[in-house]
Amino acid sequence: MIRIAVVGLGKMGLSHHSIINAHPDVTLAAVCDATGYVLDVLNKYTGVRTFTDFDEMLREAELDAVIIATPSSMHGAMVRAALDKGLHVFCEKPFSLDTKESDELAALALEKGAVNQVGYHYRFVGAFQEVKRLLELGAIGEVSHVLAEAYGPVVMRTKGSTWRTQRTAGGGCLYDYAAHPLNLLNWYLGMPHGVGGSVLNSVFSKETDDEVFGTLYFDGGKNAQISVNWSDESYRKMSTKISIWGTAGRIIADRQEIQVYLRDTAKIPDGYQLGWNLRNTTELTDEVGFYVRGEEYSAQLDYFVKCIAEKRQDNVNSFSSAAETDKVIAMMIADAEKGPSVSNDTVLPTQSIKKSGIFSSLFSK
Amino acid sequence: MDKLLFGDNQFFGVNHMSEEKARSQAMRFQDIKTVIEVLDNAYDEGIKTFMCTTHERIALVCDHMRANPERYADYKFYPCMPYAHKYANAMTDHGLLGAIKNFLPEEGFIDSAMRGGMSLAKKDIEGITTLLIDAEMKMFAGLQTPVIFLQNVVVDFLLGLGFNEAFRIFANHVKARYGAEPGFITMNMPKLLDVLEELGIENPIVCANINKAGFRMSGGFEAYEASLKDKKFRAIAMSVFASGAIPPEEAIEWICEQPNIESIVFGASSRGNIRSTRELVDRYWQKGQL
Repeated sequence: MIRIAVVGLGKMGLSHHSIINAHPDVTLAAVCDATGYVLDVLNKYTGVRTFTDFDEMLREAELDAVIIATPSSMHGAMVRAALDKGLHVFCEKPFSLDTKESDELAALALEKGAVNQVGYHYRFVGAFQEVKRLLELGAIGEVSHVLAEAYGPVVMRTKGSTWRTQRTAGGGCLYDYAAHPLNLLNWYLGMPHGVGGSVLNSVFSKETDDEVFGTLYFDGGKNAQISVNWSDESYRKMSTKISIWGTAGRIIADRQEIQVYLRDTAKIPDGYQLGWNLRNTTELTDEVGFYVRGEEYSAQLDYFVKCIAEKRQDNVNSFSSAAETDKVIAMMIADAEKGPSVSNDTVLPTQSIKKSGIFSSLFSK
Repeated sequence: MDKLLFGDNQFFGVNHMSEEKARSQAMRFQDIKTVIEVLDNAYDEGIKTFMCTTHERIALVCDHMRANPERYADYKFYPCMPYAHKYANAMTDHGLLGAIKNFLPEEGFIDSAMRGGMSLAKKDIEGITTLLIDAEMKMFAGLQTPVIFLQNVVVDFLLGLGFNEAFRIFANHVKARYGAEPGFITMNMPKLLDVLEELGIENPIVCANINKAGFRMSGGFEAYEASLKDKKFRAIAMSVFASGAIPPEEAIEWICEQPNIESIVFGASSRGNIRSTRELVDRYWQKGQL
């Protein structure tokens, strides 16, 4: 049995707690949270061992791995302490707010031979996995553009101050929502060499952003745009969508389904046909051992456990891959602070008119 | 329980296949009259039980039923609680206590405050749980609710935590206060049945995905088959069409062959679909072991 502790009992921590506790190969050895109330209730009704101090837990509990789901600004120190103790680490996203720290922790995990994974659960969604497979097959030819969107109803009014309302503490639409489509872009297209036109706009929040827009530039002329808004009540819950244009077709995917249009120039994969193809979640999703709120949440933890049990090094959502997303987030913040690259009072270069071609020969004598 | 129960996913923009379809359904059912029209169609096809979440818009349906007692004399609601998004939203907006206050039951502030406040202080979940159940049941006052369900997100979350006591509290309160049978919705049927058995909750009503495709039958298809064969419980099958992955006739024929299934819950938006499902069930139900 693998002995795991859950640290931080917010929404994600509690969800991980429930899923991992039901895993047949795992013993939930401890939970840790700064506030005693939830801990006391859990201990009273489930008997789980509880700690309010992380370092004390590392000293006293016998563990093989930890799941860290604390506020983002606390990830770095906790991940480091756990790695130093020789533990495998699953950490919630975003990985670290400091890109230098992200790289250091990725290197440390590698050095220690620790299984390392970050909670970008969309890489465990069947439809998004199918997108990756199709891109690797080159099914839609050369990709030119990707549009990555996410919308949902998180912040619908101005509210009191918590870590989630402050960008400096890792709160806001960019860190919470946009991180997911950005991570998918990293998965599909790699690391962008630049970003531009980044907009981090507030709708209701005083100290952070509620809307995120921007352009990412990749090698080979590929580019992507991101459009994210967590103050959109017309969505029942978070909805993420990827649209990809290629020379031989187009892919549109969300959690429920993938729609693929293939031209006659496409390399048609097995099971696909010319023109429109639809595949949905029932077909693309593998069943999980225990289900709470979506297969991907169970699948990512199951994968983490498998990597530990089988001593595998092929981490999905490794620290180094999550560090790429941290870097893109930091690039977008820096870009947004600069504002527009061309303003209304900039002297614009005049377009030179060519005195050749059909028009000049028609109208000039 | 009736053979066929009417579900409500289609009314609230829940569709496991397509977000576009979910949105167009949410638009179509924006006016509560269109919801009631579909419920009337189902009723006239003989489907007189509505298994619904405690979504705030259901309160409007309840108002309509109360206002027309002759038309709906034998109408039954199977409330499924809580509507999780409602709590999540209220808690973000008003905080935990504000949310509880917001959902206080009818009998007034004092009793509720006592039950809630005392149990919060003692870290005793019984008071707060029963309080929340009462709050959710408020909209059904004066209507028949012979079975009351705990929603799958909550059931499965508690099941994972090992917070089994909550199931007993729910079952006891629903029986004592509402004279209703407790029901449990789950995506992990075999595991839940083991826990309910340990708790001594006898012959429980359990609603789970049961379909030929094995879609969202966590714990595995074989474990579901074994449970249906060997365990003593009253099964309600949902997602029998696996969100449209199985053709209707094949889906219904298969489900009617399974042992121990007492009801099927399904959703539909047109009279034609309601009727064809009813006709399929009429055709295959007798042939099976049901």
